[in-house]
Amino acid sequence: MYRTKFFDHVILLIGVFIMVAPVVVAFMTSTHEAADIHRNGLSLTWGGHFVETYETVLTRKGGFTGKITGLNMMMNSMILGLGFALGKIILSMLAAYAIVYFRFRLATFFFWIIFTTLLLPLEVRILPSYEVMNTLKLTNTYTGLIVPLLASATGTFYFRQFFKSVPDELLEAARIDGAGPFKFFIDVLVPLSRTMMAAIFIIMFVYGWNQYLWPTLMTTDEGFFTLVRGIKQILLVWVGSNIPDYNEAFALAILAMLPPVLIVVIFQRGFIKGLTESDK
Amino acid sequence: MAAITIAEVSKIYTGNVEAVKSVSIDIEDGEFIVLVGPSGCGKSTLLRMVAGLESISKGTVKIGPRVINEVDPAERDIAMVFQNYALYPHMTVYQNLAYGLKNRKTPKAEIDARVAEAARMLEIEPYLHRKPRALSGGQRQRVAMGRAIVRKPAAFLFDEPLSNLDAKLRVSMRGEIKRLQKRLGTTSLYVTHDQLEAMTLADRLVVLNGGRIEQIGRPLDVYHRPASTFVASFIGSPAMNLIKGRIEGSRLHVGTYRIELGERAPVEGPVTVGLRAEDLRLAGVGEDAMLFQVDYVEELGAQRLVHGTIEDQALTVALSPEIPLSGDLAVTIATDRLHFFSTENGKRLERGASFTNTAESARPLSLEPAL
Repeated sequence: MYRTKFFDHVILLIGVFIMVAPVVVAFMTSTHEAADIHRNGLSLTWGGHFVETYETVLTRKGGFTGKITGLNMMMNSMILGLGFALGKIILSMLAAYAIVYFRFRLATFFFWIIFTTLLLPLEVRILPSYEVMNTLKLTNTYTGLIVPLLASATGTFYFRQFFKSVPDELLEAARIDGAGPFKFFIDVLVPLSRTMMAAIFIIMFVYGWNQYLWPTLMTTDEGFFTLVRGIKQILLVWVGSNIPDYNEAFALAILAMLPPVLIVVIFQRGFIKGLTESDK
Repeated sequence: MAAITIAEVSKIYTGNVEAVKSVSIDIEDGEFIVLVGPSGCGKSTLLRMVAGLESISKGTVKIGPRVINEVDPAERDIAMVFQNYALYPHMTVYQNLAYGLKNRKTPKAEIDARVAEAARMLEIEPYLHRKPRALSGGQRQRVAMGRAIVRKPAAFLFDEPLSNLDAKLRVSMRGEIKRLQKRLGTTSLYVTHDQLEAMTLADRLVVLNGGRIEQIGRPLDVYHRPASTFVASFIGSPAMNLIKGRIEGSRLHVGTYRIELGERAPVEGPVTVGLRAEDLRLAGVGEDAMLFQVDYVEELGAQRLVHGTIEDQALTVALSPEIPLSGDLAVTIATDRLHFFSTENGKRLERGASFTNTAESARPLSLEPAL
């Protein structure tokens, strides 16, 4: 049996340090006062203003119009992240189901069309997408925020590969057992895809949560601002003769990190299983 | 419970590949029919056409009085057992058994009763709340059978259900399938490539080759009177010895040996002669015999298979292990036990009415050594 040696621990510790140190610095700095940070720069020590700073960040109404709090922004981010991840899973599962299980003309062709959209991420088509949403009067709505981001080649591809690995006999047994296409999907494929769904959920939630460009473009009403935008907002508003609220920016960054971390921790087992083994 | 009528059924795949060629089988109510043949002979395709998993290109299939060519698999009143079991991995054994009934809106109490009955019959009661993953191969096979039984269908379809089991389990499951089928009296269609499985299970065998039926008959009839060289070499283990011979008048010439057939010579000219390894025996003292040169011996315990040649024609002889072996043996066979096949199309050549009685006392071979 292999025994972990001292040197192995050193390598792992270096890895942990590189990953965690910036987070620790950000957290520690966020507990200092803004002026303090302005004078002394980043800090590794406890500043003692944890409660005040985080309370301000979460509850004070900010922005130009002063109607959005940190909590509101967090809620917006959550809606975007969840809607984005769930919508993508549902859409790409259905697309993959159609491609794998139904014989229709040009099925492979359509699959490759979906696949080539990987080459056209949102950033490339952002102006036409905005134009479409604007024409549909969907700016400053959650629908406008989420729907244009839903089409997912990655998800469709993962589910297609997974469905292809499900033995044909299962479908045949289900057909003989009197399950139609809808029943087979709900009763057999969905439960079998659970780990796969968990894996894709994590990836997509984090991706949706971290969206910056699209929400910036789509939402001018501050009531729809997300956390990621909020960080920028804090630094912008007080720029001038005042000292920017560095502490609040750091606090918001830490808060913005928490939900994705939680999601990863919760779904971790499913995530690893979904990407490495198949539960068949 | 119903009869199944397969009438001139063909399966033609795109590119004009004919996998099944105009096959007709009449299956009686309650009969156990085994489709047997080498891989690629179309046996599974035929079964899947009856199941409704493949479309029927030509011909008709009737279950009972109803033509089911265009009927959905679920509506055909059949149940199928798959080679890899095809159990739903995320459902417990109970849910696996109940799924088909649930989809048919069977009342809950009735589902419970039927599942309990099937579980008792198959002795899988202790596992009802386990997932298939936690079961052994044999137990999974039982669950797959249970899923068929609970439906109380008109017919069972088995697609090589024992192929994934180890040899010992296969023998015991074979017995169990047979016993169960007799008890339930459900018409069954069973596909296998294993001739032993086919022989032991079948009420009637259907031997398929290249999408065509070579022979339909009861196992012993097929064994004793194979309709072609293909059936002769496929059914029975070891395979029937097929050697070249020639009939002139009432005499069979094999190499330099001449064998007197009496009145019952089927044709004139070249023939393929079939000899079962177990019909060949050592010649007694003074008996006419052929010289058999031994190559190698396979010990089976109860039997010993001796491989060798008679004048350069390969042959296998099954002998009792008590008989001491030497380099060369003198072997003989009763002339009644000879099979003749056409050299042109491999079809069986009959030797006249009197031969059909296989129980007729064996007459020793009458040989005249060629000089």
